[in-house]
Amino acid sequence: MQDEKTLKVETEMEEEIQSATTADQPGREELQMLTAQKTEPVITVKNFNAYYGSFHALKNIEMTIRKNQVTAFIGPSGCGKSTLLRWFNRMNDTIAIAHAKGDLKLHETNLLKKGLDVVELRRKVGIVFQKPNPFPKTIYDNVAFGPRLHFKIGKSDLDDLVEWSLTKAALWKEVKDRLHQSALGLSGGQQQRLCIARAIATGPEVLLMDEPCSALDPKSTLAIEKLIDELADEYTIVIVTHNMQQAYRTSHYTAFFYEGDLVEFGTTADLFSSPKEKRTDDYIQGRFG
Amino acid sequence: MPDLADQQMPSPLPDKGIRSVSRMATRVREGFVHTFLTVCAIFSVTITFAILVVLLQETFYFFQRDEVTLGEFFFSTQWSPLLGSTKKFGIWPLISGTMLVTLIALVVSLPLGLVTAIFLSEYAPAKLRAVLKPFLEILAGIPTVVYGFFALTAITPFLKSISESFNVYNAGSAGIAVGIICLPIVSSLSEDALRAVPQSLRDGAYGLGATKFETSIFVVLPAALSGIVSAVLLVVARAVGETMIVALAAGSTPRMTLDPRSEIQTMTGFMVQMALGDVSNFGTEYLSMYAVAMMLFLMTFSLTIIGHIIRIRFREEYQ
Amino acid sequence: MSTAVKENPLKKNFKPVSREVRGMKNNVFLGVCVVTALISVAILILLLANIAIEGSVYLSFDFLNSPPNPNPDLAGFYPAIWGSVWALVVCACSALPIGIATAIFLEEFKPKNQFLIWMHSVVQLNLTNLAGVPSVVYGLLGMTVFVSMFGLFSERYELGVSYYTQYLSEGSRTLLIPKAEAGADSPELKNGMAAQYRDGTQVQINVIAKDAPKPTDKELLKRTLRADANGGEIARDQWYYLRVPFGRGVLAGGLTLMLVILPIVIISSQEALRAVPGSLREGALGMGCTSWQVVWLVTLPAGIPGILTGAILAMSRAIGEAAPLLIIAGIVYITNAPSNLMSDFTVMPLQIYNWAQRPQIEFHELAATGIIVLLAVLLVFNGIAVFLRQVLSKPLS
Repeated sequence: MQDEKTLKVETEMEEEIQSATTADQPGREELQMLTAQKTEPVITVKNFNAYYGSFHALKNIEMTIRKNQVTAFIGPSGCGKSTLLRWFNRMNDTIAIAHAKGDLKLHETNLLKKGLDVVELRRKVGIVFQKPNPFPKTIYDNVAFGPRLHFKIGKSDLDDLVEWSLTKAALWKEVKDRLHQSALGLSGGQQQRLCIARAIATGPEVLLMDEPCSALDPKSTLAIEKLIDELADEYTIVIVTHNMQQAYRTSHYTAFFYEGDLVEFGTTADLFSSPKEKRTDDYIQGRFG
Repeated sequence: MPDLADQQMPSPLPDKGIRSVSRMATRVREGFVHTFLTVCAIFSVTITFAILVVLLQETFYFFQRDEVTLGEFFFSTQWSPLLGSTKKFGIWPLISGTMLVTLIALVVSLPLGLVTAIFLSEYAPAKLRAVLKPFLEILAGIPTVVYGFFALTAITPFLKSISESFNVYNAGSAGIAVGIICLPIVSSLSEDALRAVPQSLRDGAYGLGATKFETSIFVVLPAALSGIVSAVLLVVARAVGETMIVALAAGSTPRMTLDPRSEIQTMTGFMVQMALGDVSNFGTEYLSMYAVAMMLFLMTFSLTIIGHIIRIRFREEYQ
Repeated sequence: MSTAVKENPLKKNFKPVSREVRGMKNNVFLGVCVVTALISVAILILLLANIAIEGSVYLSFDFLNSPPNPNPDLAGFYPAIWGSVWALVVCACSALPIGIATAIFLEEFKPKNQFLIWMHSVVQLNLTNLAGVPSVVYGLLGMTVFVSMFGLFSERYELGVSYYTQYLSEGSRTLLIPKAEAGADSPELKNGMAAQYRDGTQVQINVIAKDAPKPTDKELLKRTLRADANGGEIARDQWYYLRVPFGRGVLAGGLTLMLVILPIVIISSQEALRAVPGSLREGALGMGCTSWQVVWLVTLPAGIPGILTGAILAMSRAIGEAAPLLIIAGIVYITNAPSNLMSDFTVMPLQIYNWAQRPQIEFHELAATGIIVLLAVLLVFNGIAVFLRQVLSKPLS
């Protein structure tokens, strides 16, 4: 019974994605020409250095993450792009040997200051990880997890919030009939969208995505990318990716990291069409990495 | 592969001096070794069968006796096999004694053990862990007769100083001591279960702005639940079978009671009393020891097997 | 949830849960954690302090060297220490070969056919069960299997023992007159019968009538018995004394301990073998080794530190085990170390139990002294295990 249902939902989803890929093809072409806008800065990074023990992981980084823009971090493995992302909401606190100095600000708040309330920070700056990591709870409880921690919220408001978050994450239609089943029964792509729903349910301002599609198949990847486009209307998004096409398709700004240096940072259109640095050019041409 | 030795190959080695090892000898040796190993492995299974055969046989003889019936054994609430003409063989007082001690042991060991496990797995920095773990291992390695002595000479006087109503031998003291030996088992098995929960789940909770407490209690603990349940079952089996502590501290009066202050007798305590007493090897009361052992074996057997199955399931959940 | 939610519900600005309260919960819990962790440390300290204080009274070299005695000032631990040593040697000699062989069977000879696969899983599941069986049940098993051997033998078969009737001669010397077998009637006393003194000197007895005067010759007096003299049966056993069924001797005790620790030995040896990297095995197989040669030449040498560590920890479990031996040996008054495998025996935990169950405080103190000795032995064992783990286990890959 259950299997049939899952199967049905998945085929529905496939159809939807197929129609998205075929019908929206011209639309996607437009999306590729995302025009970066100089909106107000949300995160400003100046003279920022990060370390793991004595290893200098990021050197003198300067950049500005702008409101409602998608910023992509690209670069070969170990270049420091995930490290920087994880400093934006202090996820690096879970690693004992990680430390950093320099300027890192969310609006006017210094993110490196001692005694910063990381709990409140992480509510405002949500994160989605490489591998989908739904809690072994029901779909509903996964989404409601954050709000229950942070807000005094009634049952019907919570129901609304769960529905709204799942709708935003383009998952509502698929799961509305099985909200109270385990989230582990979802497919990988669905799980990742659940994690996005879970992140936006706490009302963040910024969404960090750490290679959100690297563990997913191409169809689910496409669904997530489409979602990122839509979410950018309301959230400031930073996405780390291995995949240059993905950066090209989804982002307004792109930052290229190499061995701890921020080699080049600019609008995606500029960076991909006329890179200033040779290393950037080599990388996006696929000559290394 | 061994056939290589037989094939006519141009030998790169001079014929003299080097001879190939006889294949026959190799095969005989391999066969012998295999047989020996298999026999040893079968031996461990034989032990289980021997336990079953011995217990079943003697239990059967027990129920053949005129003094006792199956109905009395399972439904009567009086156990007094040594009282001359009015022998009574109702197992429930012994079971209730065992349960009372086990219950007290769980009340002591579960909260302490679980919190210790959470502390070790989620909070304690590596250095503190390296200091604390050996303490727990030492607690686990001390012989149970020592805890029996501790219960009798330290816990009981302490309980009596709180309330005079505690008997010299009482279920409370024995239960607390059994709880102490269960504590390291609960904490190490639960810690294993908590550590098996993938880091990505913790990251997910922290990423949503959960505090360490919220992450541990609302995410990690529920995710490790089946592992912890299995740990609890194994600990119950251990507490039910604990012998020396109850033999020293709980007393020898079978009684249906939930009062931790009173003297009771557990199933294991009764077995010790029988082994030490002067009863003949063929009397009904002596055979009753085997019937009690059978009950004990069945209880621990089902607890360990269920606990084991749950644990395997749990491991599979997270590879 | 019937109507679709269009508006972001978060715009309603829900009242936040107080950060102070959440932070406080976190800190309170951390406090509870620390206190709890300290409780186990405190229990250990209390336990050791309690034993150290009570046990210091009788702790002396004499305690190690004298037998138990109804007078606590004279009582010692000597027979218990040697009983433990004997039982442990029997236990180690039986449990280690069987246990390690079973572990090799389970880990190194992965089954290929359906039946063997099934057998492997049965053995493995059975191990879990055996490890959970209360040790007192093993005592009953040992009682039936080793002590009485299911009552299969209607008489006792013995080797290395002779029975005597023991008399006290008129000259106050012990005279031993051989008997055919245990329980047989004493032979009628006759002049010139062969006998021996306690030290083994062969003599011929001199029988006199019950009212006859004592001979004056001192040598003769020593071997003189009156015709109506009464003697008691005594057995003199050799170091190789064996009997079937085993009876309540140290052999039955050691074998019962073997049953208790066998699952522990197997499981820890399995873990040690599992830790040997597969590449070593593949290398040896690639050189044309048979599967047993791989085990004997490669896996066992590599796994031996781990196996030994596990074995020593299992032994320290056996040393402290009291319940099964309580069933096998009971509480008996023993004044000597065992002299052969059939000797009656007691072990350290049993002697401790014996003293602890008595009401007098002096005996509690003796028990505590015994516990100190027992814990010291365990400390040495665990020290060796830690040493083996640290020093002998070099990285293997």
